[in-house]
Amino acid sequence: MVQDAELVKRLKKMAAFIRRDSIQMSLKAGCGHVGPGLSWTDICTVLFFHQLRIDPKNPDWLNRDRFILSKGHGCLPLYSALARKGFFPMEKLDTFCQLDSCLGGHPDCLAVPGVEISTGSLGHGLPIAIGMAIAAKSDNKKYRVITVMGDGELQEGTVWEAAMAAAHYRLDNLTGIIDCNKLEIDGPVKEVMNIEPLKDKWKSFGWYVEEMDGNDIEDILSTLERVFGYKEEKPRIIIAHTIKGKGVSFMENQVVWHYKAPDNDEARQAIREIDLALTKLK
Amino acid sequence: MSEKSTSMRDVFRETVLELAEKNPDIFVLTADVGVSFGFPTMKERIPKQTVETGIAEQNMVGIATGLAHSGKIPFVFAHAFVLSMRALEQIRTDVCYSNANVKFVGYCGGVAGGVLGNTHHALEDIGILKSLPNMSIIVPADGKEMGKAVRAAVEHKGPVYMRIGRSNEPIIYQNDYNFEMGKAVTLREGKDISLIATGLVVSEALKAADELAEEGIDARVINIHTIKPLDRETVIRAAEETRGIVTVEEHNLWGGLGESVATVIAEEKCVPVKRIGIPDTFVVIGAHPEILERYGITASNIADKAREIVS
Ligand SMILES: Cc1ncc(C[n+]2csc(CCOP(=O)(O)OP(=O)(O)O)c2C)c(N)n1
Ligand SMILES: [Mg+2]
Repeated sequence: MVQDAELVKRLKKMAAFIRRDSIQMSLKAGCGHVGPGLSWTDICTVLFFHQLRIDPKNPDWLNRDRFILSKGHGCLPLYSALARKGFFPMEKLDTFCQLDSCLGGHPDCLAVPGVEISTGSLGHGLPIAIGMAIAAKSDNKKYRVITVMGDGELQEGTVWEAAMAAAHYRLDNLTGIIDCNKLEIDGPVKEVMNIEPLKDKWKSFGWYVEEMDGNDIEDILSTLERVFGYKEEKPRIIIAHTIKGKGVSFMENQVVWHYKAPDNDEARQAIREIDLALTKLK
Repeated sequence: MSEKSTSMRDVFRETVLELAEKNPDIFVLTADVGVSFGFPTMKERIPKQTVETGIAEQNMVGIATGLAHSGKIPFVFAHAFVLSMRALEQIRTDVCYSNANVKFVGYCGGVAGGVLGNTHHALEDIGILKSLPNMSIIVPADGKEMGKAVRAAVEHKGPVYMRIGRSNEPIIYQNDYNFEMGKAVTLREGKDISLIATGLVVSEALKAADELAEEGIDARVINIHTIKPLDRETVIRAAEETRGIVTVEEHNLWGGLGESVATVIAEEKCVPVKRIGIPDTFVVIGAHPEILERYGITASNIADKAREIVS
């Protein structure tokens, strides 16, 4: 598929900015789920800066697409994207996890403009997304509901109760994206509790299934186009193959970076790598 | 690691390992939070007695029930919020209703999760679980007490919920002491006012007693480590022998220790009671001590409440 080279470049740049924000926020706060954030940063970028129909001036716009970060611990890029979109001032990012901040370790919908629902306890996003998708149909609204889940998160039973329900109600306005980075807290997903064969599972539950490289902007762009253009009355799921900690060499695929903040040296090194990727784009 | 960790989660691991290496019926289960308490070490040392369920807390409690009904003594470790809320019906119907011998460890109880925010706090776990028949609830004040609680839980037949902090909890007990489930520990005698506390914030009650002593107010400090069954006698004696009670806990004011104590007082011997805890609200973002400070779960506020009663 031929893509607008300018668009791809713009999104790649944005993804680098978001990665940089995430490193800076966690450095300043001394905490944060850095690996889980970097993992889905490219997906976050394409959603917020290309796909989602949302309006920062009017966060409660009735026809907006609904986005739910079901893996709420991965909120660093979400906060950055919302700020860069204009939902709140960039300076707020500096308050991440400080006393009285609206930006805590998990997103709070009453505190952060643009956050649809408070998340952080895994396995909650998909059922809520189904409720929103059913409401859209009942109101004859054209908005889409999109949720990003972790691969370890799929071990929660509620995900499969929801998987059944979404297909049952033929929710073609619902798209799930699995940030399939093959890791959770206690180690590799397949060792902790195997979830494969994932594609077959979702298919057999009645979903339209796509796979993509979730760290490749071009692939994300084209897969989302296909998925949103798909016509059958089925919910859609994208298995996004990603790398936990993507973009910072020493964080990639490392379980320890699930919840850990970089120290000054590590942050400097991380930002050097991210900036290097940026200069290569020019 | 030369010095032994006094963190409750580490004491839990070491105590269970010691017991489980002698008793093959002791099991440990976790749901993808094993890294928090050294589960990998347990998998090495007692491989046949460990079960990892992945992120599936309801399933984990169901599995523990099955193990318990087959003669095992399962310890279930997860965040306090997911145990007491996500897996609640399994705990109530599978575990408590059949009096299954399952032991729970609720990690990051209260607001120990700090900046992780409200999804990760458990300010209602005690209130929820204390309303379940057959359930015993222990909130150890420090690592040493956690070790004793784990041993007592193994001896006890029936479900026990132990609520712990995150790590590096304050140290209360310098020396060995007698721990008995259901029996409060009087940490400091006093005749003017009783400070009744539970969990990590027992340390604040002790500091408050020091502060009050400087003004000539003689405060008794009672650590109620077992919230259920409650040591009614010790509470009644406090009411009889001092002029009032201040309760201190890291929990919603509804449902916690203060509510249990106030109930006993209302039923048996009326004296003024002031309760310190979280006032029925979701809390602000902040570090653990910052949150406690914000809602007045501090030595100075405890002392203030004591002064109000005494004066
Ligand atoms: C219901 C629930 N159980 C446990 C946790 C603790 N927890 C936070 S993140 C995490 C691992 C998530 O793994 P995965 O879904 O693969 O997300 P990733 O970080 O890899 O993107 C766990 C167990 C939680 N937040 N919610
Ligand atoms: Mg994962």
